Amino acid sequence: MLQIQGVHTFYGQIEALKGVDVTVNEGEIVTLIGSNGAGKTTLLMTVCGSPRAAKGKIIFEGEDITRLPTHELVTRGIAQSPEGRRVFPRMTVYENLQMGALRSDPRYFNDDLEMSFAMFPRLKERKDQRAGTLSGGEQQMLAIARALMARPRLLLLDEPSLGLAPLVVRGIFDAIRTINREKKMTVFLVEQNAFHALKLAHRGYVMVNGKITLAGSGAELLANPEIRAAYLEGGH
Amino acid sequence: MADMKNAVATPGQGGFDVGAALKESGKAAFVAGLLGLPLLALKADNFGSKLGLVYRWDALFIAIAAVFVGRFLLILLSGRQKKSEGGVFAAFGKGIHSNMALIGLAGLVIGVLLPVVYPDRYVIYIATTFMIYVMLGWGLNIVVGLAGLLDLGYVAFYAVGAYSYALIASQFGWSFWVVLPLAGLFAAFFGVILGFPVLRLRGDYLAIVTLGFGEIIRVILINWTDFTGGPNGISGIPPITFFGLPFKNGDHGTFASFFGIAHSPVQRIIFLYFVILTLATLTNLFTQRMRKLPVGRAWEALREDEIACRSLGINPTNIKLSAFALGAMFGGFAGSFFSVRAGFVSPESFTFIESAVILAIVVLGGMGSQLGVVIAAFFVVILPEVFREFEEYRMLLFGLAMMVIMVWRPNGLLSFREPTIRLHPKKESA
Repeated sequence: MLQIQGVHTFYGQIEALKGVDVTVNEGEIVTLIGSNGAGKTTLLMTVCGSPRAAKGKIIFEGEDITRLPTHELVTRGIAQSPEGRRVFPRMTVYENLQMGALRSDPRYFNDDLEMSFAMFPRLKERKDQRAGTLSGGEQQMLAIARALMARPRLLLLDEPSLGLAPLVVRGIFDAIRTINREKKMTVFLVEQNAFHALKLAHRGYVMVNGKITLAGSGAELLANPEIRAAYLEGGH
Repeated sequence: MADMKNAVATPGQGGFDVGAALKESGKAAFVAGLLGLPLLALKADNFGSKLGLVYRWDALFIAIAAVFVGRFLLILLSGRQKKSEGGVFAAFGKGIHSNMALIGLAGLVIGVLLPVVYPDRYVIYIATTFMIYVMLGWGLNIVVGLAGLLDLGYVAFYAVGAYSYALIASQFGWSFWVVLPLAGLFAAFFGVILGFPVLRLRGDYLAIVTLGFGEIIRVILINWTDFTGGPNGISGIPPITFFGLPFKNGDHGTFASFFGIAHSPVQRIIFLYFVILTLATLTNLFTQRMRKLPVGRAWEALREDEIACRSLGINPTNIKLSAFALGAMFGGFAGSFFSVRAGFVSPESFTFIESAVILAIVVLGGMGSQLGVVIAAFFVVILPEVFREFEEYRMLLFGLAMMVIMVWRPNGLLSFREPTIRLHPKKESA
């Protein structure tokens, strides 16, 4: 579904991605793990076209989207929940969800809304509340729900566990699993929380210093001693 | 300032630390004394042919005493106010917030009835000026309040509208009603011209470029003498007509003769008032409607978070340009009204201070609040008129009033953002 082929991305002179290959197949949850500054978010942003890949190709459903402006991705079927949640703080929960549905067929709006509320009942309770007054976990739920309102085929999630309590993280990850299973949605998940991400994902990639160093199924990577040492021991 | 906090936060059963409060008041009085020495105590005056100094120690002493007592009372009051959540002002704001539609309607009724109840030249004249600023405030509110693009050169569009009418009407003799939409279009066009180079800019940088744009327009108006009349401006602009019927003395084809009433100069002034009232009301209705449409929503979303907007498929370029163009359009409408009312335009009317006043209205009102703009325009336009009796202290009092507002309501008078939609009416959820 999504092929990232030999992508190099630069910030000025600094090469943040040094030839990255990642494939996401339809119906999968694929996760990309790595430590701070490895280039995970950069890869996700490059898929979205800001910054642009200096070399390499990004292909979505057979179409080259490397040079597409960010705002055109939604109409192609890619929705993104950006790092740090980025909900619209002064708008209500309901208005935030409306913004997500801006580019999709209004006929589906009510059904999609019901579905989001069914998935995240907390959002329904707080639908008229300003998004800025929600807790971190609720904001993350809203960010995911907002991305889903665009009815994407591929959902890009950037660190949904960022700054959240372990119990809340579990709730968010359960929701991602539900989205994948029940809605057959393909998910590309960038995470620092390697343990949860690998448990959830069908396949995973490990990124170190702008390169993919390891790839495999979620279970394989979880069992890998190197990964255990680098990302899993000490935590959880 | 740290001392002030101590004074306020001092614990105790119902009482507060008098010593700390006195100390703080003393400090304030000292600063007042320092400032007052050159401002109040020394006055330059004419002695025959020579210039000399007059000493006014009594005035200085009164000022220092007033500051001391005032500061002391302020500490006393703010210590007590802590108990009520946010104070009277916030409660007042909430009350307004929940009756927005009613207040708007009441305002409109008052606006319509004003010339009937009070057909006084001076009152109508001030009310017309007030409505011009309300309209400009609402226009700028689209750009600054909703889209969050800080525009310090809004007066440029006002000028474009004003000169559009002045030039077209005096050269081709077209009527106001024909030129009005054209002036709006020209201004919108200039809005897009400004919009393109500043698409990538934000915040302070955007403010500087828009400031420059406002000055460029004014400098062009001054220097392009052949076209704009330069610093002399354009005079003899055709006055407004009642849809073709002029407001003047005559037996045929005038407003007075058509309706079979005696001619009076106040008729034209009242008509002008109704024109601006209508224009401003349309501006408001248009903005209220836009807020509920995808474009208007996107303006607000853009103000909140541009990156999130992109990821949701909103093209920031179009949204920003539409905000600039529509904001400018209303500035253009107001501008052409300005020139038909005054009958004379010159670059002097379009200096930076005008932009600053309009921006002050938007900020004081609470960015994005339509009713806030009206209240703030009232303060900014009417207050200096009320203070006219105080003569030389007029602007001083005006500045003081501004400061008081910003201290009490740092986010503007009405800083609540009205949601564009609620899933259920409030009554149902109660």
